[in-house]
Amino acid sequence: MPVTDVDKDIDALTMTITAKFDADAERLWELWSDPRQLERWWSPPSHSSTFVEHELTVGARTTYFMTGPDGEKHHGWWRIEEVEPPHRLHIKDDAVDDEGKPDDGGPTAMTVTIAETDGTATMSIQTHFADRESMEQMIEMGMEQGMTETLNQVDPLLGAARA
Amino acid sequence: MQASAPYPVVLTYNQMVVDKEPIHDDEGATDLLFGALADPIRRDILRCAHEGRLSVSALAREHPISVTAMQKHVAVLERAELVSKHRVGRESIVHTQTDALARAHAALDRLEADWRGRIERMEQILETDKGDS
Repeated sequence: MPVTDVDKDIDALTMTITAKFDADAERLWELWSDPRQLERWWSPPSHSSTFVEHELTVGARTTYFMTGPDGEKHHGWWRIEEVEPPHRLHIKDDAVDDEGKPDDGGPTAMTVTIAETDGTATMSIQTHFADRESMEQMIEMGMEQGMTETLNQVDPLLGAARA
Repeated sequence: MQASAPYPVVLTYNQMVVDKEPIHDDEGATDLLFGALADPIRRDILRCAHEGRLSVSALAREHPISVTAMQKHVAVLERAELVSKHRVGRESIVHTQTDALARAHAALDRLEADWRGRIERMEQILETDKGDS
């Protein structure tokens, strides 16, 4: 299992997951910087992701959507806040206004940290919630969008992690 | 296009699923939680039982399943601590647990699960590409 550590901080409302890969930092960075590679891992197997606009430049906005098994589309936007290739990336989720258009200042963010020692790279992803309310929203959304496939797929992984 | 698809109104229920899902006592809380949420009817129960006014039989009437099947679904949700039950007369009233801390834990567990899936796929990509070159 590549996952080496999971840290959930209920007070800071963060979840940090760390994984070790048999690759160098540059290679791991490509997983984030190349939209075609990002599309291969972002969504669960039941969905496909399409990154329409994606460039790791400070201030750039990423536009993507996921297509579900019934053809339904879920749109998302990121704001690229910090870029230090191949070591650090800070991305904020943009909020969505009533018309489904992106709006600044979404409730969630993620920080990616990549470190390398002797050809083995470690990637940490810390996800942040602005507040409890946004956390609750995420649960509601997860339920509404039906995460059955993700959950089914993840369940054996959790089992394997403990075994 | 909509920002997010509405929850599907028409759900197809597979009654066998209720009996096929093994629940082991040694399963961790996270497994119980995800197992409980991994079914559209149970997610719908959580919404219906939000106000804590519906009994198990009332919930069964709102879904195309038997009272026995509903009891099983509610039991799965109860073990995951997503609902609580209390008796009013002869009825068992189901109430969704909205305790903020429990929900915060659930959100973090959800995130962990999402990211474990993503990291697994990242590793697969690295291995596939290595094989290609």
